[in-house]
Amino acid sequence: MSEQVSITVKVNGSIVRRMVEPRLTLLDFLRRDLGLTGTHAGCEMGACGACLVSLEGRAVHSCLMLAVQADDLSVETIEGLSENGSIADLQAAFFERNALQCGYCTPGVLITARDCLSTGGVPSRDEIRDALSGNYCRCTGYEAIVDAIEVVARMRAANAEGSK
Amino acid sequence: MTAISDSPFRAANQYIGKSLPRPGAKRLLAGRGRYTDDIVVPRMLYAAFWRSPFAHARLGAISIEAAAAMPGVHRVFIGADFAAICKPWVGTLSHFAGMKSAPQLPLATEKVLWAGHPIAMVIAETRAQAEDALEAIEVELDELEPVVDIDAAQLPDSTLVYEEAGSNVIFRTRIESGSTASAFEDAEVVEAEFRFGRHTAVTMELRSILADYDPSDGRLTVHQSTQTPYQFHDIYARHFGLSEAHVRVVAPDVGGSFGMKLHLYHEDMAVVGASILTGRPVKFTADRMESFLTDIHARDHRVRARLAISADGMFRGIEVDDVTGVGPFSAYPRTSVVEGNQVVRLIGAAYRLKDYRADLTVVAQNKTQMSQYRAVGHPIACAVTERLVDLAGARVGLDPFEIRRRNYVTQDMYPHKTPSGYSFERLSLEECLDKLHEAMDYEALRKDQARLREAGIHRGIGIATYVEITNPSPAFYGVGGAHISAQDGCVLKVTSSGGIQCLISLSELGQGAEAIVGQIVAEGVGINPNLVRVITGDTDMTPVGGATWACRGAGIGGETALQASKKLKGRILEIAGAILQCSPGKLDISDGQILDQGGNIRMSLGELANLAYFRSDLLPKGIQPELTVAHHYAPSGYPFAFTNGIHGSLVEVDVETGFVKILKHWVIEDCGRILNPLLVDEQIRGGVVQGLGAAFFEECLYSKSGQLLNGSMADYLVPMACEMPDIVIGHVETPTQDTELGAKGCGEAGTAAASGAALNAVNDALSPFKASITQLPMTPERILKALRVV
Repeated sequence: MSEQVSITVKVNGSIVRRMVEPRLTLLDFLRRDLGLTGTHAGCEMGACGACLVSLEGRAVHSCLMLAVQADDLSVETIEGLSENGSIADLQAAFFERNALQCGYCTPGVLITARDCLSTGGVPSRDEIRDALSGNYCRCTGYEAIVDAIEVVARMRAANAEGSK
Repeated sequence: MTAISDSPFRAANQYIGKSLPRPGAKRLLAGRGRYTDDIVVPRMLYAAFWRSPFAHARLGAISIEAAAAMPGVHRVFIGADFAAICKPWVGTLSHFAGMKSAPQLPLATEKVLWAGHPIAMVIAETRAQAEDALEAIEVELDELEPVVDIDAAQLPDSTLVYEEAGSNVIFRTRIESGSTASAFEDAEVVEAEFRFGRHTAVTMELRSILADYDPSDGRLTVHQSTQTPYQFHDIYARHFGLSEAHVRVVAPDVGGSFGMKLHLYHEDMAVVGASILTGRPVKFTADRMESFLTDIHARDHRVRARLAISADGMFRGIEVDDVTGVGPFSAYPRTSVVEGNQVVRLIGAAYRLKDYRADLTVVAQNKTQMSQYRAVGHPIACAVTERLVDLAGARVGLDPFEIRRRNYVTQDMYPHKTPSGYSFERLSLEECLDKLHEAMDYEALRKDQARLREAGIHRGIGIATYVEITNPSPAFYGVGGAHISAQDGCVLKVTSSGGIQCLISLSELGQGAEAIVGQIVAEGVGINPNLVRVITGDTDMTPVGGATWACRGAGIGGETALQASKKLKGRILEIAGAILQCSPGKLDISDGQILDQGGNIRMSLGELANLAYFRSDLLPKGIQPELTVAHHYAPSGYPFAFTNGIHGSLVEVDVETGFVKILKHWVIEDCGRILNPLLVDEQIRGGVVQGLGAAFFEECLYSKSGQLLNGSMADYLVPMACEMPDIVIGHVETPTQDTELGAKGCGEAGTAAASGAALNAVNDALSPFKASITQLPMTPERILKALRVV
């Protein structure tokens, strides 16, 4: 319960300044202080992936980071990625394939999927399954998620080929 | 499948049976879900609990003054505070004769019964402040001998979990049909002792509840992550002495439930009680450790079973002894004996058997409460039966497919009654078996297996038949006195522009209840599903009904929606007939248009609604502008609609490390009429993976002193994407004749037999080593022990 400190974080493209307790996790900061409830608490120990956000372009567990550690850094959450359209193809593929049920793990899964496809190319199903090993899903059994990511990878590769 | 409607325009309105995506899914994909913990209301306070570190202890003095003085703390409650306003709950039902269970209150008052039992509750401005204050609470606990082991618990000198019961055995039953003594005489006998570990649901969303009692008008509003809003509506009103009319329970988005979120938890009652006592909204969301310590656990059985066979491989009789440890008391309001009851009634159910005897012993212990979780009892019954069947096949030299084919209940036997008393309307056992044989390309798999064995690669092939209870009637709970509804209700309203609002008592947990109801209503009325809005999970809005559990949503809720939509269609055509001056029987609805017999559009549903709602002066005399209908439906035919199916599993066992690679899994299932193949398949896949979790990974490990040893997601293993196989699914459709819709449940079919098939597959892989495993989960260590490596 030490003194609050001031942090400045770029969240989904906008600069936010807040006073926070040093012990506040980035997860609680996003959910409670900023109302960005698309990021979820699952295990609070970095195992399940429900809390994944993109920090400086890399997927990180917001439950394992303190808000003060994000000072001067840029964070993107599922809300920002939805609004800027950068994962619209993934979201559409997940919708068509019913690659989600309760939806609680889904924002974290999408952050991983985005990372997994960021280097281009079409990963194998085993590679996709491997990439998803830090995202627990209790509803789907994973296959539909793998299918949806694979479809998007192929689509993106075909589009890249077409634009050459 | 044919469409429900006998309309000549049905092709244009056929939505039942189509693979349509779920309407609500886009919201969840955008991070716009609204789970209970996301909800923030004015004046809200947060709860945190001081929990017993001991599994069993006498409770002494509790010192709360220092905690109450901590920053941000509003109140600190102990057991006596709630005992004054809350009637205790007792998890017994009258149809389980003789069962006993300790009465429960929100916080412990005299004894703590498991490690994690809440003793005190802090209400503060923030969760962090509430947790800070927990540190300042002091509790005197006089540790008692914990009851942990199911055998030791039954010894005459054992400490008692619930002294008044006089024994740790809280329920015992025997099922006996025919004479197993004569069946086993001169028979070949195969037998085994099975162990099924405790595991738990591990829903991704943790249990969460927000209770808001408004003392000014005595209204209680509870937002809760649950699958059964009406059940909690009843409980909160009865146990806190509130008027039901003034209680509202809302289930917003629910992040996984699997049966776990339909039981009453101490924290739920404490939060409601705290809101009543403070007049403030109070929220509690479990953290993951609290979830492992307090969410119901599942299974925990030791089953000894034996099967008598004749020399030609025909089954003669089965004897079963199931002992199950259920924690310190029976769960409320469904009891903790249903799981065991279903185990002893489902064993052998798919086979022709007359002589059957089963004993069930339900034992209290100082562990987390055990109760219904997805596929209640089925995986145990399936694994026991199907392992015995494989052993019998091996004994008489019959292939797993052949021994099943010889002993299944056959098509000429329906309706069929099992020796345990279940009635089957019609199953499709042989057809599913044949389809699985083909889907697996069984002969080729066996050839591969033989070839690879020579190369030192040990693959195993296993199959497991299941029979599943779905569409339960009041025989399940209602007859025992539980306020758990077996019926559903649906209200349909035409909106002013010709859309439809559907309020139904089902609950949406991500499985797609709202989607299938929308499809049914769209087809039943004759409008586009995009114009149907389905609303669930709010007792202030939907009719009273059972909600979603025990595979009842599609079969019972679906039929309710179908009959409601036919009623609404009749009402619409009655008004249209009066306006158009023709017989309603000569009109139909297609794609929201009212048509005559020639297919000519006479008016749209929007025009009709517009007339009814805004220009009722133009309606013919005597026609009321009433475009809302209500319908309730309860199953009244068979007590349960049984489904069936079969799983196949292909695994590779590393005999040096004990690690198992699950290579592929197949399911052929029959859930009656399929309403949405996309959703059925994904329900099955998700269920299979939960079953494989139980087979290989998931287990709540306890120390001898009753401490949970692996209460975190790093220590408790759930299946990960990289460990799971692709799952092939095929269908047979045997609709129930009890309803017009013909649907049965599919939500538990995946879990019911996945572990049984995996058990047979691993044993098949181990067979060259004369090794055998009968304990789940099949961890590498247990496999190495079976191989006598360690």
